[in-house]
Amino acid sequence: MKFPDLSMSNPVRLRELIRQIRSAKTAAEERAVVQKESAYIRDAFRDEDNTWRCRNVAKLLYISLLGYPAHFGQLECLKLIASTRFTDKRIGYLGAMLLLDERQDIHVLITNSLKNDLNNSNEYVAGLALCALGTICSPEMSRDLGGEVERLMKSANVYLKKKAILCAVRIIRKVPEQFDVFQNSVRSLLSEKHHGVLLTATTLITEMCQQNTQALQVFRNLVPNLVRILKNLIMAGCSPDHDVSGISDPFLQVHLLRLLRVLGRNDNEASDSMNDILAQVSTNTENSKNVGNAILYETVLTIMDINSESGLRVLAVNILGRFLLNTDKNIRYVALNTLLRVVHADQNAVQRHRATIVECLKDADVSIKRRAMELCFALMNKNNIRTMTDEMLDFLGTCELEFKSDCTSNMFLAMDRFSPTKQWHVDQMIKVLTTAGNSVRDDIVSSLIGIISSTPDLYGYAAHQLYKKMQNDITQQPLVQVASWTLGEFGDLLVNQQPQNEENLRVVEIEIIDILERILNSSLSTVITREYAINALMKLSTRFPNCSDRIQSVMTYYACNMNLELQTRAVEYTSLFTKHNIIRSSIVERMPVLISNQTSNTNSSEPEESIINSKENSPVNGKHEHVPSDEPINLVNILDDHIQTTSGTLNPNHSSSLFNPLEDPLFDFDTPTNPTTKSIPSMTAIDKNGIRMIFTFERDNTTLTINSKITNSTQYSITNFIFKAAVPKTFNIDLYPASSTTIPTNNSGDIQQIIKITNPNREKIRMRIKLNYQLNNTNMSDEAELNTFPEQCYN
Amino acid sequence: MIQFILLFSRQGKLRLQKWYTSQTDKSKKKITREIIAAVLSRKPKMSSFLEWKDLKVVYKRYASLYFCCAIEQDDNELLTLETIHRYVELLDKYFGSVCELDIIFNFEKAYFIFDEFILGGEVQETSKKSVLKAVNDQDVIQEEELEEKRSVLEDLGLA
Repeated sequence: MKFPDLSMSNPVRLRELIRQIRSAKTAAEERAVVQKESAYIRDAFRDEDNTWRCRNVAKLLYISLLGYPAHFGQLECLKLIASTRFTDKRIGYLGAMLLLDERQDIHVLITNSLKNDLNNSNEYVAGLALCALGTICSPEMSRDLGGEVERLMKSANVYLKKKAILCAVRIIRKVPEQFDVFQNSVRSLLSEKHHGVLLTATTLITEMCQQNTQALQVFRNLVPNLVRILKNLIMAGCSPDHDVSGISDPFLQVHLLRLLRVLGRNDNEASDSMNDILAQVSTNTENSKNVGNAILYETVLTIMDINSESGLRVLAVNILGRFLLNTDKNIRYVALNTLLRVVHADQNAVQRHRATIVECLKDADVSIKRRAMELCFALMNKNNIRTMTDEMLDFLGTCELEFKSDCTSNMFLAMDRFSPTKQWHVDQMIKVLTTAGNSVRDDIVSSLIGIISSTPDLYGYAAHQLYKKMQNDITQQPLVQVASWTLGEFGDLLVNQQPQNEENLRVVEIEIIDILERILNSSLSTVITREYAINALMKLSTRFPNCSDRIQSVMTYYACNMNLELQTRAVEYTSLFTKHNIIRSSIVERMPVLISNQTSNTNSSEPEESIINSKENSPVNGKHEHVPSDEPINLVNILDDHIQTTSGTLNPNHSSSLFNPLEDPLFDFDTPTNPTTKSIPSMTAIDKNGIRMIFTFERDNTTLTINSKITNSTQYSITNFIFKAAVPKTFNIDLYPASSTTIPTNNSGDIQQIIKITNPNREKIRMRIKLNYQLNNTNMSDEAELNTFPEQCYN
Repeated sequence: MIQFILLFSRQGKLRLQKWYTSQTDKSKKKITREIIAAVLSRKPKMSSFLEWKDLKVVYKRYASLYFCCAIEQDDNELLTLETIHRYVELLDKYFGSVCELDIIFNFEKAYFIFDEFILGGEVQETSKKSVLKAVNDQDVIQEEELEEKRSVLEDLGLA
C-alpha cells in the first residue's frame, strides 16, 4: 500500500487519500494511513500553508467522517472562510458546519466573516454565509446578525430571500425575543409567487405562531390568503418542476395545511373558513402513491385538530380507514398512529374500522402491532367485549414478550369495566393467566383475587377451574398464586360443591393438599408463590380437618427453611398448631369480601395482612359465632384493634395476659390511636322508588367508615347502578368500588359499598348523594341531601 | 424540523452526516451508533419509521445506502420520505445515475447539494432545477478559480 508522499511536493489529493484509505485491508492499516496523513495535515496547518489549506481541510473533513478526531482543523476553517477565493469559502463553511457548533468558543470568531459575507455582492457567497448561520448559529450570533438576516429577507433576490427566511426560523428558535425583528417583514412574503419563498415563509409563520400566542392571533387573518394559495396550487396544475408524480408541490401543500392547523386550532371562525378547502383536498388528492397520501395524512391531522364540522371529521376517519387497507405498511402505521389520537373523541367513527384494526394485530412490524393493540383496547365496549377478548387472547398467545404485560393489564381493565357476567369474567381471566405465563404484573394478581373474592356464588367454580389448570402446569407464577389463594380460601367449597356435569373429576382433599405441597416444594416456584402456597395450606388445616396433621408436619418442616420469610411463617403457623391451637380456626377462617383497591395501587403481595386489616361488614364470615375465651384474648385484641364491629361482641378489656403482644417484637403492629368500639346507630340515607340505602358506621378518630347497603324492593331488577357522593370542602371522601352494579329484585340481594370520610375538624357531616341506575330499562336518577348523620359520627 | 440526517452503508459505515442541533462529538458518535444499529436490525417487512427517544426516525434504503432522517413529533413522516427521495433524485441528476462510490469520493459535493435543498432542518427549495442550477453555478465559479490558479502557478513555473 502506498503511504502519502511526505516530500516537498504537493500534498496528496483528496481522492487519492480516499482511495488509499479504502484499500487498507485491516482496521489497523486504515488507522496507520489516517494517522500519518493527519500528522502531515497538522504540520501543514502549523506552517500556515495558504496554497493547499483548502485541500488539506477537505481531507480532514473526510477523516472526521470516518470517526477520527479533527478539532485541530477548526481554526483553519475560519481562515478559509476569511479567504477571498470562493473555493476556499465553500470548503471553509462546510468545515465550519461540520466541525464547529455553539459549544466551541472559537465559533464566535466566525461572526465577523459572516457579516462580511452576508453583504457580499456575489449571491452565492452570501448564500454560503446564510447556510452556515442557519446551521450553527448560537444565541449571540443570532442577536448580532439578526438585522442582516432581516435585511436579506427583504431582498429582491429570491435565492437569498428564501435562505434568509429559514435563517430567521433558526434565529427565533434560538432566541424567541428576536421575533420582533422579523414580524413585520413576514406578511408580504405570502404574496410572492416563488415556491421556495412561499414554502419558507409558511415555515417561518408556523414557527412564530407556535412560539407566540400574540403572533397566532395576528396571523389568523392570513387564513384566507393561505386558503387561496392552496387552492391555486391544487387547481392550477402548472409548474412541472415542482411536481411529484403529477401532484403540485406537495411540500408546499403539506406546510400550508400545517399552518392552517396551527391557526384553526381552538378558533371557530378560522376553522369555518378552512372547511371547504380541506374537503376539497381530501376528495381530490390522488392516493395511489406515497406523495398523495402524505398530503391526505396532513389534511386528516388538520381536520382532527381544528374545530371542524362533524361531516368533515367522519371524512377524515374514513380516509384513515382506507389507509388501513393500503398495502404500504408505512401508510398503515401512520393511520394507526393517528387513529389512536382521535379514538377517544370520535369513537363511533373509528368503531367502523374495528375489523381492519384487529387484522393489523397480525402485522410483522412491531410498531404497527403495538398501535393496533392500543387501539383495540380503546375500542372495547360492552357490545364487543366478548369478541374482542377472544381476539386479544389470540394475540396474547402469539405476540412478542414486550407486549404481554401491557396486554394483560389492559385486558383486565377492560374486563373489569365491561364483563357481561361474573362467570365469564372469571373464565376469561383464568384464560389470560394461562396464556400470559409470567408476564402478568403483580398488581393484577391481587386485583384478580379481589374479583374472585367479591363473587361469592363463584367461589367453588373459580376454585375448580383454577385447580384444573394447575394440574397441567405449576410453573406460571401468577396463575399459581391466584390458584393457591383460591384453593386455600375455598378448597372446602370445591370438594363439597362439585359441578354437576363433571362427575368423573371429583376432587378429593388429599389432591388439593398434594398440589399445594408440590408448589411449595417446587424449585420453579418463586418465593412469593411459595408464600401463597404456605398460607393456603394453613387455611386448609381447618377446612380439611382430616389433613390437619399432615399440614402441621409440613409447617414443622418449613420451620427450618433457609428463606427467612417462609421460615417465619412456618414458625408462626406451627405455634398456631400447638400453643395457640384454640384460635387457629378463627385466624384462618374465610375472609370477608375483599375491598379490591384500584388496579393502579399495588396491593401488598401478602394476602395475610388482609386478614388483619379487613373490616367486617357482612355476616358472611363466622366471626360472630366464635367468642374467644379469656386466655388468648390479648392476641385477638391486637387484631381487634383493626377490626371493628358495629355490634361490639368482643370485650376489648382484658384482665389476664399470658404475654403482652404489644411488647413482643414478633408482633409489630402500630398501636391504633383511639379505637372507638361503641356502636353508632345506622342511618337510612335514601328510601325512594323502591331503593333503600342504609348506612352503618365505624369510626376511628377522624375517619368515618360508612358501609352502605342498597336493596331493591321492586319487582324489576336494577342495573348499571352508580352511586355518587359529594361532601363539603373541609372533608375528604373516598368511594371504594361497589360490590356490584346490579340489585336483584324483591330484596333478594344487595349492593354493598364502602365510603370513607376524613373529618379533621370534627364538623357536622353533610353529604349530597346522587344515584343513577336503570330500572326496567328506563334510566332513573335520584338525589338527596343528607344532614342527619348521627352525632357519634363526628363529635 | 429535521434534527439530523445520516447516510450509511449496509455494513454500518457512515457516508454523510448533518446535524441541526448542537451535540458533543461523543454524543453524536453514540447516537449514530445506536441509530445505525437500530436501522440495520430492521426486517424488510417493517415500516420505514422508528421511534427513538422523543424523535421519529424515517429511513429508506437505496441500493447499498441507508438514508436516515430524524424528525420531530409533529413532522409528517410520509413527507419526509418524499424529502429523502427528492435528495436522491438530486444526487442522481447531478452525478448521473448515482451510486455509493460517487458519494464516497465526492462527499463534499453531496453536502453542497444537500445544503441547497435543506437549510436549518427545513426544505428551502422545491424546484429540482433551481437547486441544481445553484450547485452548478457554484461549481463553475470553482472551476474558473482553479483555472486561474493553475495558469498563475504555470507562469511561475510551480505547477
